[in-house]
Amino acid sequence: MSQTIDTTAPGGSGPRQANGVAAQPRRWRLAAYPSLLALPAVLLLIAAMAYPLLTIVSRSFSEPEWGLQNYVWFFSTDVNIQVLLRTFSISAWVTLVCVIAAYPYAYLMTVVGPRMRLVLILCVLVPFWVSGVVRTLAWVILLQDSGVINSVLKAIGFGGVKLIRTPTGVVIGMAQVLLPFMILPLYSVMRGIDLRLVQAARSLGARPALAFWQVYLPLSLPGVFAGAIIVFILALGFYITPALLGGPRSTMLSTLVQSQVLSLLNWGRGGAMGVVLLVSTFILLALAAPLMRQRHKQASRS
Amino acid sequence: MKPFRIILGLFCLLVAIWLVLPTLVIIPMSFNEKKSLAFPPSGFTWHWYENFFTNPDWSSSFFNSLRVAAIVAVTATIVGTLAALGLSRMKHAGAGILRAILITPMVVPGVVLAIGIYAVYLNYQLVGTTLGFVIAHTMLAVPFVLIAVSASLEVFDVRLETAAASLGANRLTTFRTITLPLILPGILSGLLFAFVTSFDEIIVALFITSPYLKTLPVQIYTSITRDADPTVTAVGTIIFLATSLIITGGLIIGSQRRR
Repeated sequence: MSQTIDTTAPGGSGPRQANGVAAQPRRWRLAAYPSLLALPAVLLLIAAMAYPLLTIVSRSFSEPEWGLQNYVWFFSTDVNIQVLLRTFSISAWVTLVCVIAAYPYAYLMTVVGPRMRLVLILCVLVPFWVSGVVRTLAWVILLQDSGVINSVLKAIGFGGVKLIRTPTGVVIGMAQVLLPFMILPLYSVMRGIDLRLVQAARSLGARPALAFWQVYLPLSLPGVFAGAIIVFILALGFYITPALLGGPRSTMLSTLVQSQVLSLLNWGRGGAMGVVLLVSTFILLALAAPLMRQRHKQASRS
Repeated sequence: MKPFRIILGLFCLLVAIWLVLPTLVIIPMSFNEKKSLAFPPSGFTWHWYENFFTNPDWSSSFFNSLRVAAIVAVTATIVGTLAALGLSRMKHAGAGILRAILITPMVVPGVVLAIGIYAVYLNYQLVGTTLGFVIAHTMLAVPFVLIAVSASLEVFDVRLETAAASLGANRLTTFRTITLPLILPGILSGLLFAFVTSFDEIIVALFITSPYLKTLPVQIYTSITRDADPTVTAVGTIIFLATSLIITGGLIIGSQRRR
């Protein structure tokens, strides 16, 4: 960060020099400070992300008066703790479901022929072709009591299942939205795994399961890790899907933040909740970053 | 080995259905005669498509989204491409840190960002303005452009620029005739990502919207929460068909160019 601040001083109106119309000495200066090109992006980030987030942090400490009262309130209210834990547990379930569903799928993508692979990739991308809100509506249609899943279940002869407004329904919907974020990194890692290593293990007498467990799985772990952390972090901040598919017993933190701010106009408490969500996200990222780098190094070394 | 393959295939078939089903279930529902979202649909009608094109609530929000997304696509592509070019020329460790900072909007929880932007916009009278939407959405879209352009800069051979310069081209000519054409695929995919990011953005939009400026996702959301209006399914089908057409067209053009 300090780098960009340093370079703004001599440049003045930096980005305009990128047009190259400037005279010789100025051009030289731009070449010496390429970070100037990133200046518009940095300024935008400060104006539209850093400043708003700081506003929220300061309001969480200052409204209605200076102090920690909003945080004390947050951590001493049972409902909030419940919702916080539920947010983490739903995100964990979504991540687990995504890993279980994506691992075989990504593996299949690496072993089939090019035509079949195109079909499999299309199936991953098609969900992106429809607006996210519409996709959540589709889940309402599928999961509701008179919905597709229940109709099918009844037709086969099972009783109906309550899916909408339950945590199960929320997990099913969220996992479908987030599954591509798990499949794509997994696929890119698995594609690079040398299958001859597995063959070598087999030829040395390992049974298929053992060869998978000791050779293939460790090599694919960086992909699992990268995908899982992305899915978990995105799941923590999910708002639309839990709001539409969930009921009062599956409220997540984002919904609580929204109702504090928009319905109760309590910026202090809403801000404190937002800060808790933000801080948990960044703690997770900070924990995951070195782990991910290490795994990556291991994989590239072998 | 054989039963394992069959189980793997069946499992993946289920996953594929799970991925695609929500998209496809929208299409039959959009022709439902009854004003409900209960499955299965009955009868056949174009009514919900008609409603989308004639009801001002729907058409104006659609054009709002189109306008905002088009502006965002251009601004985010310019800002993101400049940043990617700058980062690729930075030699020291600062580049990695700066890159990490510039893509943080992707991981910041949407609601936290949304209430922050809402708070700031209330102070500056930006709620419900095109400018407000464009600023927020550009910030959200820049990381996607940065990633797309950086990817094509990674395979770009810097010696080509040196060669052009040694032949007497100045920086602008070099950029226009060498760098730009070679990283154009990255820039174009960044442009597309930026457009989609803005067109599809809902969380920030829900907060900074006003009765005078609603984007399509906001209109869809309010219509879902307020009443079971099947127009939503017609909108979903139209978006799905439009995207399919654009992508198929892009693939055809791309494959022809490669030949």
